[in-house]
Amino acid sequence: MSLSKRQRTRVIRGSQYALLAVIVVVVALVADWGQLRRAFFDVGIARELFPDILTTALVNTVLYTLLGFGFGLVLGLVLALMRLSSVPPYRWIAVTYIEFFRGVPALLVFIALGFGVPLAFEVALDQYVTVMLSLGLVGAAYMAETIRAGILAVPKGQTEAARSLGMSHGRAMVSIVIPQAFRIVLPPLTNELILLTKDSSLVYLLGLSLGQYELANFGRDALNEYKSLTPILVAGLLYLVITLPLGHLVRRLEARTAKAR
Amino acid sequence: MTTDRATTGGAPAAGEATAIEVTGLHKSFGALEVLKGIDFTVRRGEVVCVIGPSGSGKSTLLRCVNLLEEPTSGTVTVAGTEVTGPDVDIDRVRRRIGMVFQSFNLFPHLTALENLTIAQRRVLRRDRAAAERTARANLARVGLSDKERSYPAQLSGGQQQRVAIARALSMDPELMLFDEPTSALDPELVGDVLAVMRSLADEGMTMLVVTHEMSFAREVADRVVFMDGGVIVEEGPPDRVVGAPQHERTRTFLARVLDPAAAEVGEVADTGPEGKRVDR
Repeated sequence: MSLSKRQRTRVIRGSQYALLAVIVVVVALVADWGQLRRAFFDVGIARELFPDILTTALVNTVLYTLLGFGFGLVLGLVLALMRLSSVPPYRWIAVTYIEFFRGVPALLVFIALGFGVPLAFEVALDQYVTVMLSLGLVGAAYMAETIRAGILAVPKGQTEAARSLGMSHGRAMVSIVIPQAFRIVLPPLTNELILLTKDSSLVYLLGLSLGQYELANFGRDALNEYKSLTPILVAGLLYLVITLPLGHLVRRLEARTAKAR
Repeated sequence: MTTDRATTGGAPAAGEATAIEVTGLHKSFGALEVLKGIDFTVRRGEVVCVIGPSGSGKSTLLRCVNLLEEPTSGTVTVAGTEVTGPDVDIDRVRRRIGMVFQSFNLFPHLTALENLTIAQRRVLRRDRAAAERTARANLARVGLSDKERSYPAQLSGGQQQRVAIARALSMDPELMLFDEPTSALDPELVGDVLAVMRSLADEGMTMLVVTHEMSFAREVADRVVFMDGGVIVEEGPPDRVVGAPQHERTRTFLARVLDPAAAEVGEVADTGPEGKRVDR
């Protein structure tokens, strides 16, 4: 029996679906649904989480993320410009910074900043400042590389046109190159925002007070209080409430960029 | 090398009458020597067209005038300021030199009007009203008053190039450099751009134009410079250089340009650092 190419494709595709279905069914049969339902879907507990999980936890997650993103964006832009500078020491500093903070887990940065800085400088940093610094320092390393790629993607003729109109190098950067670079890197920067949203869960390391809890920490706390996994599920869903629209935004921005080319 | 200087005769005129003066200009990109000793002068109000095969160094010469390329040696003086001098403020000199590129290089994130106002405001420090007044006048000059709110992507190539000319004019330049301004255009759009350049020439603008448009060179230029292999082979009035060239190389080039069917004959180096840079 010989199959045509199309028939063969169909058979392979069909067996892939069958395998997937078997795995799902086996997992579904093996799992103890009663236990899971009691652990994760306790509506009574879920109800008790509101409205605090929204007014405190969700708000704090968004706030921490935006603080870290804002600081990281500014620092990332500075690092990108240093990385592209014609002054060698600037380039070395930027490369060292980027390689270091990209290569070290954010968790360690949080611990180092949260406990190291107060020791070193004998200052008690405001919790929000610590969060902004730690998230921003790590985010900046990634964003610097993204922004650098964006600046390099702006055609050389743009700088030449700006310079031949008498603009200084700096003026050409600020008025002509950077605005175009940011349009180019808007989709990857939005991805960066999604990553930071999730990284903001690391602030639990700083030992926050109740009003400073963000989603992950709030969920863990409620987990201990209610001896139920329901808060984890709710917290997870609320992360999706933040990140799914952002993901949608990325796809739209990418589609728009593709059209503009 | 023989150089014909029909119209340059005599000692260089006093600073004011000379718009561009180039002496002993050499430019190398690594081991590749693109300009091998260029001497020439553009007088105020003169229209000079530079012609020559690809890779002959004509775009590089133009880009050395406003220092987009740093000359390896030699001097370039623009309107009395030696731009190759040690303490020159190049940004200040460039304000006085309008430049038009082959690939337009309009700022895509700004409207036509903003393309014309941004340098007036950020460089010349004109206030918004004054900048917009100048910008509108120049858009009218190139026949695009109705396009001030359009973004470059919404304009045809010919319209973009005319906006680019208006952008350069909005800085009230003393002279204009054109680097193959019609080479990236569809043939039916070339005419509008040339018409704008022609009217600029009629108004007495000093213009240095690198071009392949022989009819433009012939009708508008006061002088034509033929370059090949990094040197000026021949220069003079258009009816002499284009009409009755003295040199074999000029004749070969003109034969190929005016009769594209003969383009295969006598291949000249077709690549070089000044080669086609079409952005995007």
